Amino acid sequence: MLKLLWLIPAIPFASFTVLALFGSQISKKAAAFIGSASIAVSAVISILITWSFLVSTPPGDAYTQVLWTWIDVAGFRPQVAFYLDPLSLIMTLVVTFVSFLIHLYSAEFMIESEGYSRFFAYMNLFVASMVTLLLADNLLLLYLGWEGVGLCSYLLIGFWYSTPANGLAARKAFIVTRIGDTAMIIGLFLLFRHLGTLHIQELMRRASEQWPVGSSLPIAAAALLLGGAVGKSAQLPLQTWLPDAMLGPTPTSALIHAATMVTAGVYLITRTHVLFTLAPPVQFAVAVIGASTLVFAGFSALTQWDIKRVLAYSTISQIGYMFLAMGVGAWAAGIFHFMIHAFFKSLLFLAAGAVIEAVHEEHNIFKMGGLRKELPLAFGVFLIAGCSLAGLPLITAGFYSKGLIVWEAWSSPKGNVILWLAGVIGVLLTALYIFRVIFLVFFGEVKASVTKRTGYKIHIPLVFLAVLSLVSGFVNLPPALGNVPLFTRLLDTVLPPVKQGHFGPLTEMRSEGFLALAFLIGLGLAYLLYLRDRQWSDALTRTRAGKALHEFWFADWGFDWCYDKLFVQPILWFARFDKGDVVDSFYNGTADLSELLYRGLSLTENGQLRWYAAVIAAGTVVFVAIALFL
Amino acid sequence: MLLAGILFALGLVGLLARRNLIFILMSIEVMLNAAGLAFVVAGSRWQESDGQVMFIFILTTAAAEVAVGLALLLQLYHRYKSLDADAASLMRG
Repeated sequence: MLKLLWLIPAIPFASFTVLALFGSQISKKAAAFIGSASIAVSAVISILITWSFLVSTPPGDAYTQVLWTWIDVAGFRPQVAFYLDPLSLIMTLVVTFVSFLIHLYSAEFMIESEGYSRFFAYMNLFVASMVTLLLADNLLLLYLGWEGVGLCSYLLIGFWYSTPANGLAARKAFIVTRIGDTAMIIGLFLLFRHLGTLHIQELMRRASEQWPVGSSLPIAAAALLLGGAVGKSAQLPLQTWLPDAMLGPTPTSALIHAATMVTAGVYLITRTHVLFTLAPPVQFAVAVIGASTLVFAGFSALTQWDIKRVLAYSTISQIGYMFLAMGVGAWAAGIFHFMIHAFFKSLLFLAAGAVIEAVHEEHNIFKMGGLRKELPLAFGVFLIAGCSLAGLPLITAGFYSKGLIVWEAWSSPKGNVILWLAGVIGVLLTALYIFRVIFLVFFGEVKASVTKRTGYKIHIPLVFLAVLSLVSGFVNLPPALGNVPLFTRLLDTVLPPVKQGHFGPLTEMRSEGFLALAFLIGLGLAYLLYLRDRQWSDALTRTRAGKALHEFWFADWGFDWCYDKLFVQPILWFARFDKGDVVDSFYNGTADLSELLYRGLSLTENGQLRWYAAVIAAGTVVFVAIALFL
Repeated sequence: MLLAGILFALGLVGLLARRNLIFILMSIEVMLNAAGLAFVVAGSRWQESDGQVMFIFILTTAAAEVAVGLALLLQLYHRYKSLDADAASLMRG
């Protein structure tokens, strides 16, 4: 059964090829069928593989499938091989399953859009690349998948390319993630130069044998890999591309920019966790980046009026939680949150997409309202996903994953009280911004009329993901609440469990209690400000400080402005300044010279018959003279 | 020979100086005849019949040329209502 592993990326790739080559000739129905069925087969295969992996675990808790040798030159011998262990197993399962649901959703959602088969071709290529990234057994193949998903992200953000803003957003996403990718490839060079292999397991073994903890080489390597992860996962300071990426189609935002691709950075760090353990300063930096990102993005999410941008900042913030978990060594907690985040965040996006469709492409939450009765299903699932996101205690999955991260940010030897506090504040902010959206969109007076109803292809994914957003937390319950550590135990073989460090006055139960309190405060604030009396929130933004702060947060803490002034403007200025350097003046000179000659020659062609005759006569005289006298 | 040279030069000057197309055509005729005269003179000088043969050729070409030239001239007059050669200077680069 495990032998079928290669089919998981191969089938989406095959259907991408078919759709890319023959997409314009087949009907919309056929395109949707090919696009979704291939992902469905992949999802079924990964379920089968998960089952057989769990029933009869292969020796060493890992299974490698070597397909062929990719390159063989001077000791550099990366193979096209897939490596299956509990970590890549869980990631692949979640990715293929969520992808399938989103493809099903897209089949109906995108039906009126131009380039229907092109959309499915890109989405399939994305799934193929993403699974390659997850299953790769060496860093080079992982990098191939890494760039593949980056390409698909670019193509899909700019999917409606006739609007210039979409193209610009796509370019921004590509360039900003490229900064991280450059750091990452330099990191790969460094690792190969010093350890002589890119095979991940071998690399980790050699690193821990040859490099002492805290020496400069692992710090450099881990920092460079972290650069790649920060770019891809939209963390501080490279987070600016993700909110703009929301101009792409909503299923794309759900799949790529919420559930899967943006968590590739988390996967990369987890995969190479040995390196990060060898480099404590870098690992601490991961925690700090995560903690500050989750708070920063939380504040920004509070001020956005575009429903998708709120969710984008929410994604940045939630990936901040995963980074925080990585930073304190809570690897399993981070992956746990990845899984649950994939469920509820894609659900939020899909439900938001259904709402946006229903009110005629309106993104502004202040222009919606009272949609609770008109769109009961969208309201229900959005509420469930929002509760899971904010961590409604006990019944939602988000509560358990976040509780685990926040608790381990305290209890791990690498954690401290500030990281813990950031996590708790994050929960408060999350509850505040998501319930702000819920209250504004679904409650209050009706402002927008519903023009469109959705069909079963949209309902099935919504309901499925809603159920998962609720129950998937029960696979890993804290000791005090049932003690079911199935998930962390599964990952124990790959990822070292958290050593319990200091406890202090806080126990796990109290930590969870603080989370619940933060959730309730956030919910209460949102209720007071946005439901009970809208004037309060208006008054808050009307004061001078409030207004300034609002604008500052709305503009993403001025990051875009800073980058524009620091990098974009100087480069543009230099390009203008450098227009006439030596090389250019040579080529411009050639052009100028030929233009001069052209003007001179065209002067002689004046249409005067007698002038021509005179020139012919003079020419004859000259040639005769030459012939006679020379 | 000298007469031929003088005639040719006269024709050339007429061609360049005159603006009236009829005079230009006449100048060309003068030049052609000058060339013909040169052939005949050269033929008699070296006692060859080729000179006279060439003159016959030149005569026929001249006839054809005049026919075509006059036809073009008529067309030009039709179009520009004048016989000024410089008037027809629209075809410039």
